[in-house]
Amino acid sequence: MRLPCPICGERDIREFYYQGADVALNRPAPDAGDDAWQDYVYLRDNQPGEHRDLWQHESGCGSWIVVSRNTVTHEVSGAKLAKEIKRTKA
Amino acid sequence: MRVAGKGQIDQSTPISFSFDGIQYRGFAGDTVASALLANDIRLMARSFKYHRPRGVLTAGSEEPNALMTVGRDGATDPNVRATVQEIYEGLELRSQNAWPSLEYDVMAVNDLASPFLGAGFYYKTFMWPRAFWERVYEPIIRRAAGLGALSGKKQSDKYERAYAHCDVLVIGAGPTGLMAALRAANSGADVILADEDSVMGGRLNSESFEVDGQAGADWAAGIVAQLREMNNVRLMTRTTVAGVYDQGTFGALERVNHHTSVRDGKAPLETFWRIVAKQSILAAGAIERPIAFQNNDRPGIMTAGAVRSYLNRWGVAPGKAITVFANNDDAHRTAMDMQAAGVHVAAVIDSRSNVQALGDYTLIKGAHVCGTTGRKGLETITVRSSAGTQSISTDCLAMSGGWNPTVHLTCHMNGRPMWREDIASFVPKEGTIPNMTVAGACNGDFSTHACLGAGLEAAAKAVTALGKTPVEIDMPQAEDTAYKMEPLWAVPGKGRAWVDFQNDVSVKDVKQAAFENFRSVEHMKRYTTQGMATDQGKNSNVTALALLADATGRGIPETGTTTFRPPYSPIAMAAFGAGAEGKGFAPERKTTSHVATIEDGAPMMEAGLWYRPSYFPIKGEKTWRQSCDREVGYVRNAVGVCDVSTLGKIDIQGPDAAELLDFVYTNMFSSLKVGRVRYGLMLREDGYVMDDGTTARLSETHFVMTTTTAAAGAVMRYLEFVTQVLRPELDVRLMSVTEQWAQFAVAGPQSRELLNGLLDQTLDNETWPFMACGDVSISGVQGRLFRISFSGEHAYEIAVPARYGDSLFRTLTAKATEMGGGPYGVEALNVLRIEKGFITHAEIHGRVTAFDIGMGRMISAKKDCIGKTMAARDGMLDEDRERLMGFKPVGAVKQLTAGAHLYNEGDEATAEFDKGYLTSVAFSPTLGHFMALGFVRGGPERLGDRLRMVDHMRQIETIVEVCDPVVFDPKGERTRG
Amino acid sequence: MVDLIAKTPMDGFVPLTLGNVTLSEMAAGPVTSISPFNDTGKDLSAALKTAHGMTVPAANRSTAKASARAIWFGREQFILMGCEADQGLANYAALTDQSDGWTVVTLKGAGAADVLARVTPLDLRSHVFKKGHTARSDLMHMASSITRTGDDTFMIMVFRSMAGTLLHDLQRAMEGLASRG
Repeated sequence: MRLPCPICGERDIREFYYQGADVALNRPAPDAGDDAWQDYVYLRDNQPGEHRDLWQHESGCGSWIVVSRNTVTHEVSGAKLAKEIKRTKA
Repeated sequence: MRVAGKGQIDQSTPISFSFDGIQYRGFAGDTVASALLANDIRLMARSFKYHRPRGVLTAGSEEPNALMTVGRDGATDPNVRATVQEIYEGLELRSQNAWPSLEYDVMAVNDLASPFLGAGFYYKTFMWPRAFWERVYEPIIRRAAGLGALSGKKQSDKYERAYAHCDVLVIGAGPTGLMAALRAANSGADVILADEDSVMGGRLNSESFEVDGQAGADWAAGIVAQLREMNNVRLMTRTTVAGVYDQGTFGALERVNHHTSVRDGKAPLETFWRIVAKQSILAAGAIERPIAFQNNDRPGIMTAGAVRSYLNRWGVAPGKAITVFANNDDAHRTAMDMQAAGVHVAAVIDSRSNVQALGDYTLIKGAHVCGTTGRKGLETITVRSSAGTQSISTDCLAMSGGWNPTVHLTCHMNGRPMWREDIASFVPKEGTIPNMTVAGACNGDFSTHACLGAGLEAAAKAVTALGKTPVEIDMPQAEDTAYKMEPLWAVPGKGRAWVDFQNDVSVKDVKQAAFENFRSVEHMKRYTTQGMATDQGKNSNVTALALLADATGRGIPETGTTTFRPPYSPIAMAAFGAGAEGKGFAPERKTTSHVATIEDGAPMMEAGLWYRPSYFPIKGEKTWRQSCDREVGYVRNAVGVCDVSTLGKIDIQGPDAAELLDFVYTNMFSSLKVGRVRYGLMLREDGYVMDDGTTARLSETHFVMTTTTAAAGAVMRYLEFVTQVLRPELDVRLMSVTEQWAQFAVAGPQSRELLNGLLDQTLDNETWPFMACGDVSISGVQGRLFRISFSGEHAYEIAVPARYGDSLFRTLTAKATEMGGGPYGVEALNVLRIEKGFITHAEIHGRVTAFDIGMGRMISAKKDCIGKTMAARDGMLDEDRERLMGFKPVGAVKQLTAGAHLYNEGDEATAEFDKGYLTSVAFSPTLGHFMALGFVRGGPERLGDRLRMVDHMRQIETIVEVCDPVVFDPKGERTRG
Repeated sequence: MVDLIAKTPMDGFVPLTLGNVTLSEMAAGPVTSISPFNDTGKDLSAALKTAHGMTVPAANRSTAKASARAIWFGREQFILMGCEADQGLANYAALTDQSDGWTVVTLKGAGAADVLARVTPLDLRSHVFKKGHTARSDLMHMASSITRTGDDTFMIMVFRSMAGTLLHDLQRAMEGLASRG
């Protein structure tokens, strides 16, 4: 498996560390309430198909990236820097 | 028997090898199979279940029968296919799965008991009594059934791993693959051409075809020579592309030295390649299928194509009187080639009625071979036709039920092949592997002409996809014979007709499965074990499917197929794990004091990837405890030195550095003064403790964070996560400096005195109070000093650039020794911290909160931090949680053990009554008894209580008293002194 | 007073030649990591040009001036090697001394890329990974920095503490390649 690092280009899977769903980008406010925090920390949709996951190019450039991939076809459709996604949202 | 003037191998270079202790001679280029056949040896193995005598069935990697063991001891390689193993001088082979010998195998009694050993035998027979399975049935089955055995010794051969990258990977170097590689390479693509054989050319080396007026093999050699001259082409022979993985990654096994005797520990026996290709072309060819008829497994019966291979490539006639049994025209060429070589062809039996002889041989039309004789080798066949039954003497029967395209790799990403009625076989569906083009025989094109053309087309497609223009290559002239075949899967009749030779599965077994309602192909496979041997049913799957379809009254497409999975052919586990054994398993991280420490005779222990000294024994000490107790004494009474470089150190710089620390630590760091150090606690977002450590403020915008040894990598990754994902607006930069600094703890009442004799400045309590930090120098070398303590003593940590680490460690230990102290190891370090109630990851093991370890108040109310919200959940602050306390023995037994559990006195020692557990235990020489840290329900509420400590595993039980975690110098006066 | 004696990470290592490849420890001189702060990229580039005559390297590239090199080292980060970093750069970037943190070796010879192909998943084909190109990647199980410094020469960096493992892994790969003749 290979992932497209936005900085380094396509690289072997072993250079990357897997974190989980990109839900982690949306940390709730401290007073957002139990449900919001429960969703953020524990609950994940796990539907087959398109997923957006956080990975770190750990032994590469160190970037945290959001990878779009399909868990059924294994197609990887793209990756963006988490920092850039966060900035454009802000 | 060798046929004069035939074959392509070098018959001027004789090579001797042995099989079961007997010496044989062959020639360079021979496989074990061709050389043994040349020596008229037909019996080469015993079958898996019934121990039936077997010879070679094929001439390639699909061989199910002729499996042997090569090598001895740690270099033993079982289940080596005689059709793949090339001979070399001194090669030793042994037969397997036979006792006492291949000729007289007592387990052949299984064959007589076969009526009881058919499909479902295991499931039906060994169900009861249940207790018999492990003690009686399994050992017997394991002894009786099976293939070769592992040596049980440590693997001594070297295996290697490697990566390769290309634009186009061409799999298979037959006519299709050669043309594809030639065109792709000439069009400017980086090409890898891989073939499992030792010589490229595929079937061209086995047939008497001509290409462009040259012998096929010569034409192939010419193309290979052209490719070899091109620096954008990598030719990989003896390399099986065995698996297809995501994003154009392929696994391939190269048999580097199986054909040589080189075993020097440096040259690899095999190399496991990971090949990354933008485009791939599958030109894997086709595999001929046997026909199932009674006793179709006798040595001497082989596929028709294999017989041609032995003749045309190796110059070997596998018999003196050849017969052919086929359902297609192609197999007739075996008779023609044999006759041309002067070998007697007794008869060609064709199941089709409407067929013409292609040459001057006896053709029996509309006939079947329905039986054979010859216990250890074929002697006669029985032929049945409308004219009746006749017996024909023959020692080699060449059979052909047609050809199956080698679709395996196209199924590795979940794709299923589709049925093609005209060739009565499966071909790949387009697009099952992204960016792969399937071409030639593996796509159902069987003539040489069609294959050459398909190769050119596939290359054009791949090259175009790469954005290049395919160059024109002249199409060579070659035969374009139509493939004429009428399906024949099994000859009707009684007796056992073998379908899966490697797992001893017969036509009857498949029918039995259908009869017992195992009608799904996946069920049939598991019930009969068809296709589950190491050849994955290469020779038998399509036949078994056809038989199942027939037995269930369904069509073959409806019946479906089983799934081919990697690897295409067996791969040793050693190859998959190549390079990762021994010292290749994980990096060894060594501190700068490693050499000096080893010189001191200290045994090393692993701490993550790091190596740290357990203790430094001195003369006269017999146990580690003696050394450890002495080293604790150094620190409590004089001065000790310990390498603490393994702790993670992270440089944090930037205008928002303090804000970042406030966010990741529970407590405040923005209020920390420059030149001071503070202890910090880090939570995970779920509210549990992640790590702890000290952080020093070197300037307003510059901090150095210390992490535990174990969590250094994880914390660095986490800080990157926080700064990139959670708080990207923070202007702060992180850099690991763990490796830049050699850092040593200098601990004990005389620590300041030691340093004052070493540093270029003088330390005192006013300028260097507890928790101070700053720059220092030693003979001009710039370093950093931190007055921190993990022992509860007056202590410092001094850091210098790592190049000076060795020198500084030797200097510090020498000075400490002069002062009545010396170096101390991790054991003493552990005792010192347990006496002080300091925690490590034994305590913060992932299931404890700040509240649990008595640090609930360290979560600042003034700010948000990671984990703060979730740490405030109901239940996270429950007084009855298991909370950190100290424990000392008060029962008759004075020993405590880490991992032991706690119960109220009088309660049973069962999970139901569990009150907690001990996490860290040490004998305290300072206090004269064992001490422990651990967790007990209610924590401080149980202070002074007596509890039952039970270590179920080590069978130790005692009574402990709950005490404060800090038992030594609870006010911390020594640290500040 | 004591004089502290400096040791290199591979202290005492004699260059190793197997087949057509030679492994040597390299004296890299001062190494400083430089991470520009937010929105200071241009100023830093100008300051680097003035002080050291080099531009800030693009991702996966290196720049050089005389014996000094600026090597991209990861996201928002490069190292300056072979000269003391001008302290004025600290106005625009986090500077961290890394002179002692890394084992630095060179692998030179016709088979150097083939040796590396046995330890790293990087695509090192000469038309893909050209002279001056650099990458952060795995070297067996170690995080590394690999730079092509010549047609058949690579500079390799791993953590200082892993010098022994680097030697083990590279020697094993060199032996495997050399055995093929």
